Amino acid sequence: MTGKTFSEKLLSAKAGEDVRAGAYVEAAVDVAMAHDITGPLAFETFYEVTGEDATLFAPDRTVLTIDHHAPADGVEAANNHNALRRFAAEHGAHQFEVGDGICHAVLVEEGFVGPGDLVVGADSHSTTYGGIGAFGTGVGSSDLGTALATGELWFRVPETIRFEVNGDLPDGVYAKDLVLKFIGDVGFAGCTYETAEYAGSAIESLPIHERLVLANMAIEMGGKAGYVEPDDRTAEYLERQTGRAVDIDPSLRSDDDATYDEVHTYRAADLAPQVSKPSNPENAVDVTEVEGTEIDQLFVGTCTNGRYEDIKLVADVLEGEELAPNVRMVVVPASGSVYRHMLKTGVFETLTDAGAVIQSAGCGPCAGYHQGVLGDGDVCLATANRNFAGREGSMDSHVYLASPATVGASALYGEITDPRRIETKRYDDTILAEVEA
Amino acid sequence: MTDPSEPGRAWVFGDDIDTDQITPSRFIVSSDPDELATHAFEDLRPEFSENVDSGDFVVAGENFGSGSSREHSPLSLVGAGVAGVVAQSFARIFFRNAINLGLPVLICPEAGIIDDGDEICMNLGEGVVYNHTTGETYNAEALPEFLQTLVEQGGLKAYTKAKLAGRESD
Repeated sequence: MTGKTFSEKLLSAKAGEDVRAGAYVEAAVDVAMAHDITGPLAFETFYEVTGEDATLFAPDRTVLTIDHHAPADGVEAANNHNALRRFAAEHGAHQFEVGDGICHAVLVEEGFVGPGDLVVGADSHSTTYGGIGAFGTGVGSSDLGTALATGELWFRVPETIRFEVNGDLPDGVYAKDLVLKFIGDVGFAGCTYETAEYAGSAIESLPIHERLVLANMAIEMGGKAGYVEPDDRTAEYLERQTGRAVDIDPSLRSDDDATYDEVHTYRAADLAPQVSKPSNPENAVDVTEVEGTEIDQLFVGTCTNGRYEDIKLVADVLEGEELAPNVRMVVVPASGSVYRHMLKTGVFETLTDAGAVIQSAGCGPCAGYHQGVLGDGDVCLATANRNFAGREGSMDSHVYLASPATVGASALYGEITDPRRIETKRYDDTILAEVEA
Repeated sequence: MTDPSEPGRAWVFGDDIDTDQITPSRFIVSSDPDELATHAFEDLRPEFSENVDSGDFVVAGENFGSGSSREHSPLSLVGAGVAGVVAQSFARIFFRNAINLGLPVLICPEAGIIDDGDEICMNLGEGVVYNHTTGETYNAEALPEFLQTLVEQGGLKAYTKAKLAGRESD
């Protein structure tokens, strides 16, 4: 018998039976999350399943965020927000407010998720938690409502595809470029029902904020989960964030002789900055192929690339400069904490001086259909995760996806620009600690 | 829920139909199946919501329902009275949401042969799709045993209620 993958071990442990890929199990959930779009429907299921005197499986591990339509952009959204507030007050769940930020940023920053946790989120980008070694997966509202009621949910144990990158990443190439490349190579459905495991020396050298990007976009190849094996860097990051010691189970990792469905191996030195063309993330090409494409709007934010380190990269480029005259820039920090860091360090001022508009923390135009919606014919270059037709507005708008460095460089020239033309930095996880100090 | 073994009109869609195309973000502030049904495929195929009849089917290519986790997408089809979805393949979360809601789904490699407007029906037990217009029969993948149990019991809510009731009586 060969060894097991992380996903097989994790789901075996949570289900209390020894299982392999392909098995169906009912497993114990550690953390459950819903937001302002998916929460109200999940609450209906919760009450229907357990009745009026329902209690949460674990109030301290139930998290509700108001991020998609926040602040409320209409009466229905406002009513949804109030439904979350009432539910949280009644059942003792953790509820984050308007402006606190996107679920996936907040749960990691605030220490609700740790390595080895089984996390279900009623949001497809719940794969993000794999960046710190959790098994995070997106589910629907019926699933989430059931998990809230019983603390259990059914899962198919996924196969695993391994993406291995070895060597030192070239200048201008970030985690976002890696994951766009992977999505382009396996396709938009190439990892459906499977875990995307990211490994190799280039991945091990990535700071946590970049590992989260890899895990986050596993869903853009259909993945059930994304995973980077947690290490000392993970423990240090979480201890800094939460002030608590973090325990990483050394046995909860993919065995060396685990069976993978596919293994894709890359030499870091061969990789270039990537841009995904409209209207699918799988349309990834080297930036050189689309250089010179004219842009109307730049969007910096989302659960993929709206962290402080991402926005700081853009601000570095725009320090003392102005946006090209033909573009506008919308910046939406991923969390309230990112917003405050931006104010404290002058990143906020740098961006507004350059002509950018900075919105309150949340999902922004990526899914909220507000705070910077695109019109007919508009071309947008975004640090976002999806570029489906109509995703950010008009069905006749066109969204290109790229890293913060590529968006920053492009802001200077008003057209898609290779970030290797300018000086770009690479931030490790200590930059936030410096801000705090 | 409408009976998928009764013939209904096939509404045929292509590959990679994502949840933004099934239920655009601006409408999912509602969780009401009837309200959501009025916006199903609104940007992609505006005539769908006006002309869909109870008992009709949605037929699609690869990776149907990709993108977000919004259960509003399968729920809009339930609200529209769609009897079932036949696709060459499904995105994971849409697939599980449909199963959880009790909306019949079949993975059928030959779904691409079906023309828009054909009269089709499903036999879930046998994993077969019938095309009444052409007289053809297409084999689909039978659901794994666990998922068949879920669908037979009427979806995840009914399954969980029965499970909890069983624990109480133990």
